[in-house]
Amino acid sequence: MPDMTSKTDLPADSSTAPRQALRICNLSFRWDATQPPLSYPDITLNTGEHLFLRGPSGSGKSTLLSMLSGLIVPDSGTLTLLGKELANLTSGQRDRFRADHMGVIFQQFNLVPYLTTLGNVMLPCRLSEQRRSQAMPTPQQEAESLLTALGIPQSHWHRRVTGLSVGQQQRVAAARALTGAPELILADEPTSALDSDNRDRFIALLLELAAEKHSSVIFVSHDQSLAQRFDHRITLEVAP
Amino acid sequence: MTVRLAFSLAMASLWYRRRVLALVTLTLTLSITLLLGVQYLRTEVKQSFTNTVSGTDLIVGARSGQLNLLLYTIFHIGDATNNIRWSTYQQLQEDERIGWLVPISLGDSYRGHRVVGTSEQFPEHFRYGRDQKPELAVGEWFDDVFDVVLGARVAREHGHQLGDDIVLSHGGGRTSFSNHKDTPFTVTGILAATGTPMDQAVYIGLDGLEAIHIGWESGVAIRGRTVTPEQARKRDLTPETITAALVGIDRKVLTFQVQRHINESGTEPLTAILPGVALSELWRIMGQFEKALLGITAFVVITSLIGLVAVLLTLQAQRRQEIAILRATGASPMLIAGLHVIECVILALAACGLAVVAGAAGVAGLSPWLLDTWGIQVGLRPLNAMEWLIIACVPAAAFLVGLIPALQAWRGSRKQGLGHVIPE
Repeated sequence: MPDMTSKTDLPADSSTAPRQALRICNLSFRWDATQPPLSYPDITLNTGEHLFLRGPSGSGKSTLLSMLSGLIVPDSGTLTLLGKELANLTSGQRDRFRADHMGVIFQQFNLVPYLTTLGNVMLPCRLSEQRRSQAMPTPQQEAESLLTALGIPQSHWHRRVTGLSVGQQQRVAAARALTGAPELILADEPTSALDSDNRDRFIALLLELAAEKHSSVIFVSHDQSLAQRFDHRITLEVAP
Repeated sequence: MTVRLAFSLAMASLWYRRRVLALVTLTLTLSITLLLGVQYLRTEVKQSFTNTVSGTDLIVGARSGQLNLLLYTIFHIGDATNNIRWSTYQQLQEDERIGWLVPISLGDSYRGHRVVGTSEQFPEHFRYGRDQKPELAVGEWFDDVFDVVLGARVAREHGHQLGDDIVLSHGGGRTSFSNHKDTPFTVTGILAATGTPMDQAVYIGLDGLEAIHIGWESGVAIRGRTVTPEQARKRDLTPETITAALVGIDRKVLTFQVQRHINESGTEPLTAILPGVALSELWRIMGQFEKALLGITAFVVITSLIGLVAVLLTLQAQRRQEIAILRATGASPMLIAGLHVIECVILALAACGLAVVAGAAGVAGLSPWLLDTWGIQVGLRPLNAMEWLIIACVPAAAFLVGLIPALQAWRGSRKQGLGHVIPE
């Protein structure tokens, strides 16, 4: 049951730019009754700030991202994104909210195999009116400039993504997450399949472009060496 | 916007999986072609069937069932139980209600084709199809005792031309040992193809039929009693009996009255039938088979639709990642489910389109062969309401079966975490 008593002093009105990107309080979740619940420290993150989330396997990193994305609902505690309490939204509204305000990057296999590189990058603009209107100057041009910035050769833009290397695929996924300037970018170990050169370049580009778009990056990784690039760092522990 | 997105994603996804899906679409196409073909041919064959005779109000023969009478007089199938006397025929001619009479005498054959003995009344009054006259492709109708007019297929099959001499056989059957070899006939005309049993028949005059049977009274030729053509011409060639007569009645309201009058005739036991009624009874019997055939082909279509779903469900396993991406990007479970339904319906529509094209090509390609071999006239025509309904049923059924993978995807995507599927 979501805890409704926690104080949400942010205005629910979304027209004023919310200062808080993320705020979680007493959050816990359990996949099934036989396992101990996963519980999370309280986190507050202002817009534009980045968060590094570290923890061993089983510490609930991916589960937290699933809750943040609105795909699953916490058992208890509050989860407020951009001033909106996610538990108060229907599943359809959460899908809409995710399309409008979030970009997502997975560990690997990030791309729809039957779409072209540009088609993949522009996908959020086709699912969300808001993302499309925020894509400057047009979805196509923004996608092209993001791909250029992320170093994807122009010859690949109109081809299907199956020809891309793993590093290129991750960068295309980053371009997709960034397009339409969403307030939040959820990155679930996006560098674990990359070698160290590619990894450093990827993070540098991601954070730089996110700063340009005023997006907050929530970056999950077990790689401690990446942590110093982030304003906020949180380490999750495995429940005893 | 979502509908357009779902549609374009579905198209891209189908194209991506075209190799696997081409095979199931082909299966579906073949089964729809089969279903459509059966339905199409059913209508065409029925048409061709009812086209065999038109304008004849009554068929009169010796007492028998109406199907038997119809089959041997019009379709040249089976044999007459008995003949009717020439005097009876003459009595009918004197009946004022009867407009015209066409005598028909059967019993002989030419290389397996029926010989129809008739008179000049036949080309004058017999009609088939939509009131069409039997037209000659070349030559003229029989005039002399030993003139013969061949049906289109008889002439083509045996390569006969005008002026050829042919020898008729006594009795039916493809190979006969008792031939009327003393009295050959000369081909004076060849009929145009009609797509009816006429194409398979050979027409001679009643006098010719009488002439070749002089000396054959016991059923075989008796030496010394047979005659040469010259001798035959000098004889009185009026027949004693004929097999049947086709009757035309000027005032149609009197048809039933004349029918009853003939059926109750005191001179000899006769049967008069209405060809339309007999045809529909015959079609009712045959109709059972073609309904069964239609049912079987409908099952074939259902089977291939199930095959389509089986393939789509198999593909589902490969699509988990793609669905995870779409979900994470903000696609609703409805959109995911919609993708599956749209894909299924698009495949069905493609299969229907291909089936119509294949069917049309098939009909166009096979119709000469059908006319040649089976005497069935099948032409290209616009599809009728029933056929459109069958075509429309296929995408509708595809929509329904598409709900199976769609529902699965919908349920799966509701339980999905970010970037992975939550284990059950």
